[in-house]
Amino acid sequence: MDTFILIGITGIGLGALYFLVASGLSLIYGLMGVLNFAHGSFLTVGAFVGFWLARTLGPDTSMPEFILAMIIGGLAAGAFALLVEQLLITRLYDRHIDQALVTVGVSLVVGAVLGGWFTNDLQIFPTPLWFYTAINVGGAMIPADRIVYIATAVLLLIANWALLKFTRIGLIIRAGVENRHMVNALGVNVRLAFSTVFFLGGFAAGVGGVLVSVYSNGVSPLIAGTYLIYGFIVVVIGGMGSVPGSFIAAMLIGVIRQFANYYVTGLGDFVVVILLAGVLLIRPQGLLGKVRA
Amino acid sequence: MNALSVKDLHVKINESHILHGVSFEVPTNKVTVLLGRNGVGKSTTLRSIMGFYQGTGSVTLNGKEILGMQTYKIAQSGVAFVPEDREIFASLTVRENLSLASREKDSDAAYKLVYSLFPELDTRAAQQAGSLSGGQQQMVAIARALLNKNEILLVDEPTKGLAPKLVSEVAEVLMKVAEHSTMLLVEQNLSLVKKIAQHVIVMDQGRVVYQGGPENLNDAAWVHQMLGVSGGHK
Repeated sequence: MDTFILIGITGIGLGALYFLVASGLSLIYGLMGVLNFAHGSFLTVGAFVGFWLARTLGPDTSMPEFILAMIIGGLAAGAFALLVEQLLITRLYDRHIDQALVTVGVSLVVGAVLGGWFTNDLQIFPTPLWFYTAINVGGAMIPADRIVYIATAVLLLIANWALLKFTRIGLIIRAGVENRHMVNALGVNVRLAFSTVFFLGGFAAGVGGVLVSVYSNGVSPLIAGTYLIYGFIVVVIGGMGSVPGSFIAAMLIGVIRQFANYYVTGLGDFVVVILLAGVLLIRPQGLLGKVRA
Repeated sequence: MNALSVKDLHVKINESHILHGVSFEVPTNKVTVLLGRNGVGKSTTLRSIMGFYQGTGSVTLNGKEILGMQTYKIAQSGVAFVPEDREIFASLTVRENLSLASREKDSDAAYKLVYSLFPELDTRAAQQAGSLSGGQQQMVAIARALLNKNEILLVDEPTKGLAPKLVSEVAEVLMKVAEHSTMLLVEQNLSLVKKIAQHVIVMDQGRVVYQGGPENLNDAAWVHQMLGVSGGHK
């Protein structure tokens, strides 16, 4: 039973990391139709800024210092995302192939610049000692860092929900995901919502970047690759534009992958691909996605 | 005095030339009805005025050029749009649909007017707009347009697909709204058109072929020649 709990909770922890990457991807695609391959670079920028801050603050990172590094990493990634949106994406709305090429280009440039600066080797991310402890849950000893991943993902989900549900910009975003032309026709500048979504997506990816660096035992320009692929899978399974859908899909994928890997090493990725194929065949709009007109 | 003036408007969509130099005027405080067979470019004309499609020529609102402006700026200049398929936000509640549309700081009077025209929207404020009937969705679409101070209302086939009883309800509302507004209405329902039209424009193959008073609407031969439908009185 304790093994079951351990695998389940570590799977949810992994799912939390996928969610942090996927939530922004989902909103950006849902609202703007932008397939953003630069999203991984937001994660990397957040990870490196968080890493730089945590290292600057000292070798023995306390929990408040780590949280600060995570927030600053998120803000830096959000600012970078906003810059990419303003400088590049705004010129390419409705030009999907150009968007894909440009965003792939951005991710390659960011990877090359950071690789040249910091090298591609993993560098240990300074983390609080508490992360290396374990918490007893129903007899299973759960690594403490997993709790941080899950708590962060849940907090961001709640913040995201509150923003979308209770603010005017959230209302504009929800309406824009359905029909952005009509939002404009009501005299509302939907571009403001685009920029907000890019910033929020970048922020979540940046926070995710810091946590992925802890999970991967270090920061490197190459850490984003796998998570970006899983981010896209989560978005497709959860439904384009649905943040709760992304949350459910991310948790599902994290848990299924962990269980599959436990029983047959390496089977996890295969099972996720089968799940993706199944969803595409049975419910192409994803778990909580809407059929587009 | 004309609220809206369209001159030599050409619009291409995906290389297809849809509007071929459309020119017409919409007089202030009158209901202008844009008529024509299906596919002649009536909806494209309205959507081009709203800035959904890029075009060449000139569209002026009270003398100010609006062609080439972004859609949201055109709407903020005072052009309200009720689209053909309502295009309400299905996942939002009725209240959220209205709140999104409302741009006035003091919107109490506008809400009062809307709820007096459509009392049902008040009782269904918390209901998801996607679960409303076609007629109720049309009410939301019209209500959204009435929440701001507008210079002109562009209304595209408001009775399309509605049951006869709802057609009369929508017609009644449009006539009430028309008492105080400038309206450019695309409508196929000839009996409604006859009741409401004060100025008529007829389009054919992307061009304006008639512009003038509504008298001819009672001439069956004219109606048949212009619109390809039977109507009017011999």
